[in-house]
Amino acid sequence: MRDFYGVTLDNPLMLGTARYPSPAVLEAAFRDSGAAIATVSLRRERGEGQAFWDMVRGLGVHILPNTAGCHSAREAITTARMAREYFQTDWIKLEVIGHDDTLQPDPFELVAAAEALCAEGFKVFPYMTEDQVIATRLVEAGCRVLMPWGAPIGSGLGLANPFALRSLRAAFPDIPLVVDAGLGLPSHAAQAMEMGYDAVLLNTAVAQADDPAAMARAFALAAQAGQIAARSGPMPARDMAAPSTPLIGKAFL
Amino acid sequence: MAEVTVLGAGVAGLWAARELLARGIRPRILDRAGPPGPHHCSWWAGGMLAPHCEGAVAEPAVIRHGTEAARAWGAVTELRRNGTLVLALERDRAELDRFAARSSGHRQVDAAEIAELEPHLAPRHRRGLFFATEAHLVPRRALADLVAGLEAEGVPVQRAEATPGDLAGTVLDCRGFAARGDLPELRAVRGEMVLLRASEIDLARPVRLLHPRHPLYIVPRGDGLFMLGATQIESAATGPVTARSALELLSAAYALDPRFGEAEIVEFGADLRPAFPDNVPRIVQRGRVLHLNGLFRHGYLMAPALARQAAAFLATAEKGDLFHED
Repeated sequence: MRDFYGVTLDNPLMLGTARYPSPAVLEAAFRDSGAAIATVSLRRERGEGQAFWDMVRGLGVHILPNTAGCHSAREAITTARMAREYFQTDWIKLEVIGHDDTLQPDPFELVAAAEALCAEGFKVFPYMTEDQVIATRLVEAGCRVLMPWGAPIGSGLGLANPFALRSLRAAFPDIPLVVDAGLGLPSHAAQAMEMGYDAVLLNTAVAQADDPAAMARAFALAAQAGQIAARSGPMPARDMAAPSTPLIGKAFL
Repeated sequence: MAEVTVLGAGVAGLWAARELLARGIRPRILDRAGPPGPHHCSWWAGGMLAPHCEGAVAEPAVIRHGTEAARAWGAVTELRRNGTLVLALERDRAELDRFAARSSGHRQVDAAEIAELEPHLAPRHRRGLFFATEAHLVPRRALADLVAGLEAEGVPVQRAEATPGDLAGTVLDCRGFAARGDLPELRAVRGEMVLLRASEIDLARPVRLLHPRHPLYIVPRGDGLFMLGATQIESAATGPVTARSALELLSAAYALDPRFGEAEIVEFGADLRPAFPDNVPRIVQRGRVLHLNGLFRHGYLMAPALARQAAAFLATAEKGDLFHED
């Protein structure tokens, strides 16, 4: 089983903590899903988000601070240092936005920030497009987890490019991979896990559901189903039907 | 009854004093900065009495009590009962369907009906939701009207710095986020607003623009004034509106109607909303002290109900549903 910088997770679901109706609902979503990691943002709170951050720490799950809202390596590095100080963790979800409409990461700033942060001893979880060249650069920089998007953040489109996600899995068999962003339905999470991904990370699909706690649980169940399936040797798809009962004695040609 | 003190003269404290008077209890009302002003977060509010719109996200208690708010306020200040119009840009029409599914008390309106409701609005909106029963008021006028009503009964707002522990008798602590030392679950949710003067535009009712990332409401204040709000940030940072928040609010207003681009910026404001973990207001009783707090973004919507339950408790010892046991 692949581990995340030495930490193994008993639940492949990671949840964001933004845009829930209330902190009480957020807590219920974590409780009912058993999500193992909570991502949390720092930038817009301007150092004064303690009450909320303490609540997130009180969830008792692994905290993965992020650099959401950063548009350059420099901003992301500053935010990562602040996060390390506040949350006492060297984990950082590195997010450097390059395009405001799609929230697509800026690959150049991302790689530059990853190099700097890995050199400072951070354990970097980079949010990236599904590009294999960027993935290679990030691994060369020292990242031991990669987090390709499924689709743009908050879009709920699912896995927009399954081919690229599959080849990324094949290209990095030893690196833990997480589909991050774009998932809208539990079946999307199952699909990612069936491909052999190690976890899924999402926020909007749960936070904005009518019943976030129940939806979080649905995602956890789907992710676990996909994980079990991936380990159980899925059958290959075939063009010809393969009947499971013998046809001897009947005309079958 | 022994002495009763209301601490804090924001919307919660003023309503508490009013409801006490209605029950024949004459309180005194103290505030560290005197009568309502920029030091109260009620000063910066939108003043929408929109329980159905809020109900798309808020707990049922907010809808239940919020639907009573317009009647209570009607006895205090000038109300406009013109409803709420909810719109979305063409690209975000899925947001409109989602909002419709999660709220009640609305009907779908098309371009012609939108033009009839708001003839001055740029003709770029083809679909919307109309919440006919909702109302709005002008917060600063409403606060002044509450103060005037109390003064007429001989209960002026007195300037005095105090905590419940400093005072004898019964205390209704309505200090908002300043009471966080006594209420560890209380947190601050920062809100930022802009006041614009746009003489070219006239709106009869609050308009909400749904957006996946930057939702906006615009409340007409009369005399060409419009209040744009409001951000919602999990932060206790005080200090002026950030450039990013201003950019988001103003861009959304510009998208709603490009003529807002020519408006004058009259005021920027930012303050902290006090909130409990479920974002529902509470009355917390600790001996002779009642804490009325956590009004979050529902100060004007929920203050009358919260005050009524606090006053009823002092008169009859009956605890309403907004009481919360520690």
